[in-house]
Amino acid sequence: MTVKPPRDPAFSRRALVLGGGMAAVGATLAARLTYLSVFEGEQYRLASEENRIQLRLIPPRRGWIVDRSGKPLALNRPDYRLELIPEQVVDLDALLARARAVLGLSPEEELRIRADIAIQPKYVPVEVARDMDWPKFAAANVQLADIPGLTPVRAFARVYPDADHFAHLLGYVGTPTPAQYKAEKDPLLVFPGFKLGKDGIERHEDQRLRGRAGAQRVEVTARGKVVRELDSRGDVPGAIVKLTIDRDLQNYAARRLADNSGSVIVIDSWTGDILTMVSMPAYDPNVFSKRVPAALWRDLQTSDHTPLLNKSAMGGYPPGSTFKLATALAILEAGIDANAGCGCNGSYRLGNNTWHCHARRGHGRVNLHGAIPKSCDVYFYTFGRQVGIEAIAAMARRLGLGEKFDLPLAGQASGLVPDNAWKQRRFSKAWNVGETLNTAIGQGYLVTNPLQLAVMTARVASGRIVMPRLLADGPAPQFASLGIPEEHLAIVRQGMFDVVNAGSGTAHRARVPVAGVHVAGKTGTAQVRRITAGERRRGVIRNEALPWKQRDHALFVAFAPTEEPRYAVSVILEHGIAGGRYAAPVARDVLTYLYNPDRAMAALAPVEAEARERAAKARSADAVAAAAAAAAAGPLMPPWLHWDPPQPPEFEIADAEAPPTLEQEQ
Amino acid sequence: MGGLLNGPWARELALLPWWIIAVVAGLAGFGAVVLYSAAGGALNPWALKHGIRFLVCLGLALALAMVRPLVWQQYAWTIYGVILAGLIGVELLGRVRGGSQRWLDLGLLQLQPSEFMKLAIVLVLARYYQFLPRGYETRPQGLLPALALIALPAALVMLQPDLGTAMSIVFGGVAVMFLAGVRLWLFGAAAAVAAAAAPIAWGLLHDYQRNRVLIFLDPASDPRGAGYHITQSKIAIGSGGLAGKGYLAGTQSHLDYLPELHTDFVFATMAEEWGLFGGLAILLGFGLILGWGVAVAIGARGIFQRLLALGLTATLFFYMAINMMMVMGLAPVVGIPLPLISWGGSAMLTTMTLFGLVLGVARENKRP
Repeated sequence: MTVKPPRDPAFSRRALVLGGGMAAVGATLAARLTYLSVFEGEQYRLASEENRIQLRLIPPRRGWIVDRSGKPLALNRPDYRLELIPEQVVDLDALLARARAVLGLSPEEELRIRADIAIQPKYVPVEVARDMDWPKFAAANVQLADIPGLTPVRAFARVYPDADHFAHLLGYVGTPTPAQYKAEKDPLLVFPGFKLGKDGIERHEDQRLRGRAGAQRVEVTARGKVVRELDSRGDVPGAIVKLTIDRDLQNYAARRLADNSGSVIVIDSWTGDILTMVSMPAYDPNVFSKRVPAALWRDLQTSDHTPLLNKSAMGGYPPGSTFKLATALAILEAGIDANAGCGCNGSYRLGNNTWHCHARRGHGRVNLHGAIPKSCDVYFYTFGRQVGIEAIAAMARRLGLGEKFDLPLAGQASGLVPDNAWKQRRFSKAWNVGETLNTAIGQGYLVTNPLQLAVMTARVASGRIVMPRLLADGPAPQFASLGIPEEHLAIVRQGMFDVVNAGSGTAHRARVPVAGVHVAGKTGTAQVRRITAGERRRGVIRNEALPWKQRDHALFVAFAPTEEPRYAVSVILEHGIAGGRYAAPVARDVLTYLYNPDRAMAALAPVEAEARERAAKARSADAVAAAAAAAAAGPLMPPWLHWDPPQPPEFEIADAEAPPTLEQEQ
Repeated sequence: MGGLLNGPWARELALLPWWIIAVVAGLAGFGAVVLYSAAGGALNPWALKHGIRFLVCLGLALALAMVRPLVWQQYAWTIYGVILAGLIGVELLGRVRGGSQRWLDLGLLQLQPSEFMKLAIVLVLARYYQFLPRGYETRPQGLLPALALIALPAALVMLQPDLGTAMSIVFGGVAVMFLAGVRLWLFGAAAAVAAAAAPIAWGLLHDYQRNRVLIFLDPASDPRGAGYHITQSKIAIGSGGLAGKGYLAGTQSHLDYLPELHTDFVFATMAEEWGLFGGLAILLGFGLILGWGVAVAIGARGIFQRLLALGLTATLFFYMAINMMMVMGLAPVVGIPLPLISWGGSAMLTTMTLFGLVLGVARENKRP
């Protein structure tokens, strides 16, 4: 029999208080549990799904850029990379130590990685290694994949097989800038290894080339290891962009320019197709699509040959005598007979000033038929003055000068065709006749770019409003007539024919060595310095004796064949001394290539040999330094390196009242 | 053979409250089931060993239940003294492990004296009040020795530093003082002093302890660091919903989002897969054990046994409540495991020793 033990009421009271406290805490716990799992359950279920399921992007492959016959100008090759995303990194030192063990990172690379992490926003991926071979990449995948923040990436690197020959036209690709990411908010832009177009076609057609990212829903562990794939949507590769460019012709033109600073443009005046648009020297877009060493960048920026500037579309040059085509058509349009002439004694007086002709002793009696081949300045002074600036400017604009064309190029220069209204706007002064004289021979305020000159030539050659195009994305357009009487055009074309083919022409060097093909053209030599009256008295210094920067620009525009005008060419050699002597042969060889590539290639050898010789002579310390800079591993520019399309250079506008210029023509 | 079965052993065992042993075994078994899932659906490394440990410790508890509480009363001072010496020994000879000194390496096994001190403090205070004349509890000459008995080991454990265990020792001691009849105004005064001293205590805390408190107050402040624990634990519990995601289907635990999924945060691991029902079942189990403990204490003979039974019950409650509050985001992260469910040898040993001692009191109650 059990005896009930005696109880202590005081103890029991307190025991019950304690027990009640326990019960209260227990009830609180139960309530909290209910609250978490029932009332906030939905929110936590979402949080748990968010934890577990990761949306992974499949970056699209960038579309190719091909030439008119489908030959690749820009394509992709696989690039095994290792990237790290700083905001996901827990312990950078440990991470780098592991990476060093697996990949053999050099101390310089480590420094570069740390520097990159320091300067970039934390969500922008930093490249740890690039172009890894397969065994290394496999090792990295196995040994480094579980480190938070480190991602092995199978990306694609952009390749430009023809390197600098297409640099300005195609541009290059690079890492998006933080500003671009902020603007677009597309997670693709911070995907490791993703690049977008930074310049040229790559930039303009970026949306087409980019394609659409695919997505993959995967279940991942807290360490980022993928457990399984839930579902996925494939990526849509970027579209192929087909250009009107002829790859071989452009390569040839680029090689033919050799070490000159200049531009060559070839337009098919039947269709407006730009067959070649090359600007030399240029940068290597393959290097630019990786990381640009700071030293190389500095060199490119400071070079007086402006390798970063697309001279074809962004350059600005006085057209020189090539402009006389427009002046001649304006004179004919004004109803002046082509046979009407004037006497040229080497100079033209207006008020107290004297305008000189390039021929010091003059051309004698000259009419329009002779003025174009001889490029007689006095003729154009006389009749240009007669028709007036408004007629000249109107004709120039009809031929495409001062116009921006609808081309996929950033930063096209519009150039400048001056007239009375412009002068009023710009200087609040009335136009004066002296300025008409300057404009009539393509000097003064006039600024054109090589593309406009090529279009002008194409329009003269075809008589139609040729609009240039770069994208071969439709049938060849039909162009309307310029509205210039065919007789006028025939007179000017005959004049251009004589420039090349007549004994007195300024460009007999432009004759194409292909039977049955004749070239018609117009030379131009644009002066870049003032010739003072004193110098003129002493005798003008020969161009060859001047520093490179002060030499005249050499221009040449041409079309061929004259029997059935089709291809229009414009060539400009910066500080190339004389259009007829130096620019015309380039145009000749490029046109020759269209008809007989072998013949043209043969002409290349001596040119390149000469360039090599010059390079050897000029191989001073700075040339070696430039080569070293290109190869140096030193500090790199930020991965998103980007310069806004350089603005067309501001032109120094010469004092219009000043004594006029001297045209030197060969 | 028959004689042995029908002998005094059988009679003694029959006197034990088997239903509560079944509840304890049920909780420990559920713990093994949860640990099986925590290991990704495998007996190793946790579930099997957990079960074996429980069975061994249950044997020990039953053996301890055979010892009459009078024996503990007799050796209370000795036990307390030995463990206190052990604590000092840890302080003097202890080895640095995991950032704090807690173990005493005896060659064959590593002893953590602070674990046993949680029980010894209850034992020694019960012994102290057994012989303290009535009415002296609140007087200084009765109060100060009791406070010293608590403060000494608590301070030593704080030095290790082990905030969770020190709090557990203080809680057990204070609970016994409360039950022994110390005046209530004194607790009120102590609470006021504690509140006033909080800023000083704050200064004495280690940086990581301060961080834990700060992060508890705002887990979002450090979502990738220490706040991660609380956030992920709440996600695990909340996403379980009413009935859970299903056994072996917890994503928070299996995909490594939940830290310490088999020790301190085992409750979250369980709640993710078993939902609210699983959580309430565990609360109910502990509620039964604690209620039984209170009943045993009320029915016990003599001050020593009453205080021992209820002091130990309060200690068990403290373990359970702090752990659950922590995983539910109601308390800062303190390294206290959930009794019977969490993986861990010394915790299991302490819990089952505690259970054995209360069982002993219960057995004594039924003695004629």
